Amino acid sequence: MSFYHKFTEVKDLPFDVMFASVTGRDVERVLQKDRLTEQDYFMLLSPAAESYLEEMAQKAHKLTLQHFGRTMQLYLPLYLSDYCVNICKYCSFSFNNDFPRRRLTIEEVEREAKVIAGMGIKHIILLSGESKQHSSVEYLKKSLEVLKKYFSSIAIEIQPLNKEEYEELFRYGVDGLTVYQEVYNEEIYRDIHVAGPKKDFRYRLDTPERGAQAGMRSLNVGALLGMDEWRKESYITGLHASYLQNKYLETEVGVSFPRMRPHAGSFQPKVNVTDKNLVQAMLAIRLFLPRAGITISTRETPEFRDQLIPLGVTKMSAASSTVVGGYSEPDVTQSQFEISDDRSVEEIKRLLKSKGYQPVVKDWQLI
Amino acid sequence: MRDVLTIGGKELTNRLFVGTGKFADHKQMGEAMRASNSEVVTVALRRVDMDAKEEDILHDIPKTMTLMPNTSGARNAEEAVRIARLAKAVGMGNWIKIEVISDHKYLLPDNEETTKATEILANEGFVVLPYMSPDLMAAKRMRDAGAAAIMPLGAPIGSNKGIRMKEMVQIMIDEIDLPIVVDAGIGKPSEAAEAMEMGADAVLVNTAIATAANPVEMARAFDYAVKAGRIGYLSGLGPVSTTAKSSSPLTGFLG
Repeated sequence: MSFYHKFTEVKDLPFDVMFASVTGRDVERVLQKDRLTEQDYFMLLSPAAESYLEEMAQKAHKLTLQHFGRTMQLYLPLYLSDYCVNICKYCSFSFNNDFPRRRLTIEEVEREAKVIAGMGIKHIILLSGESKQHSSVEYLKKSLEVLKKYFSSIAIEIQPLNKEEYEELFRYGVDGLTVYQEVYNEEIYRDIHVAGPKKDFRYRLDTPERGAQAGMRSLNVGALLGMDEWRKESYITGLHASYLQNKYLETEVGVSFPRMRPHAGSFQPKVNVTDKNLVQAMLAIRLFLPRAGITISTRETPEFRDQLIPLGVTKMSAASSTVVGGYSEPDVTQSQFEISDDRSVEEIKRLLKSKGYQPVVKDWQLI
Repeated sequence: MRDVLTIGGKELTNRLFVGTGKFADHKQMGEAMRASNSEVVTVALRRVDMDAKEEDILHDIPKTMTLMPNTSGARNAEEAVRIARLAKAVGMGNWIKIEVISDHKYLLPDNEETTKATEILANEGFVVLPYMSPDLMAAKRMRDAGAAAIMPLGAPIGSNKGIRMKEMVQIMIDEIDLPIVVDAGIGKPSEAAEAMEMGADAVLVNTAIATAANPVEMARAFDYAVKAGRIGYLSGLGPVSTTAKSSSPLTGFLG
């Protein structure tokens, strides 16, 4: 059993017709319920539910307050390497993009760690392009030995690994795994992932599950919004998160909402996902999975992020650099994507406090 | 008469325990704690940041309170034990609330792993307060393993649903010769009073205070409610009956 089985059951459903058939009354009924089924979640993603965004927002706010309180977890990304063997149409790190590649030395990893830790941040996520040679498990282990001195929680967003490799990294202090499927439409997936190991849709789809089996404390999934019709993508993302939550009860499952941003290649989003759409997707997942973490990245503008805070978000990054070595040496090389919100950790903390939220920099302890 | 609750050799006169999670800021948290008059506060070690100095959660907790670090985040006994030892190592005392959650959907405690951790830590000299799903046999095992008090949940944590497990909690109050602290699920002061009227030795409240519109006033309300419920219990609540007692239709002939 894998999520792929569930995925094959739903992937060819007539989504357009089904979404269009949802009525306002259906949505009202869902809003009366305490526990939502997959069908209920589907209805909240429908065009009919757009007329109920305020009601959904009120409920989402209440649930988030109840389960997470007036708190917001802060974290920062740390890019280790931009070497990548994949050719992906939408990504700046794509193998066929010609730019000077870089992998941090262990000394440079420590330099970056010091800058991030100096901002008071305790939770980080390590990122790299996909290259078994450059971002190898051995290299990661050496980096972790240094990073453990500075951080209390370390997650990874790197190439998919096998279960044994995840087990090894878990022993070295990695506790969280983020892997976005990018798009839950197999045809589009094949089209945008032109060459390289990332072409294997199924292997990537089963990656969070391998992480859970290896003992990871938290998993984070998501679809890159803009790759396909967002209602369907959001629905399958929610099913994926729910599948993981039900099967791996001991693991915290979170969902992110990365939206396509302009980048160096010529690829542009296939579908325009508006602010309103993104809000609907986020509210629907909060009502469906009340305890799931929700992350909103610095891809979004400061104005929009500020408005999203009370709607169910539980994790935010700040002062993010998407460049290898970007904290200790600003102005270097190629970023993976352009960020829109470049406010500092202090600015984000002030903002959260002004909105009545407590910025949380530490919510785990390496044990 | 002095009504004292003794746990781990410590005499407590206030029977409201409070938590530190979910507050908008630490200053407000500290004020709420003072308003609650509580003497015991639980803190998740995972949230303690020794590098943060005045921004750290411990900074704003009134110094007179007894710290009860908890093992939030532990998924099994081994992790709980490691967290407890870390808490002691950073100077948080020897009280420990064991929280082992291997279910992230409802956040229900794992009684079996909790019992294992209780035994290990009690043997190491900790004052162990296990948080558990109300189950008499599990509570007995925790008692035998060396628990100083038992903390059954009233309803799933953060649910604010009140004492949904009333019958089970009542059985534990009646049968377990250790202090019973009702933890989790209490959403309103009246529900805290209800738990105390049932004979619970104390209650632990966090979400209902931290997420109230005015947490400081809500903390005060819980203080009163717990006191009222306790006095109600001690003064001997009248028996509840659904039938009239003025006559004895079946035994009246006995005169």
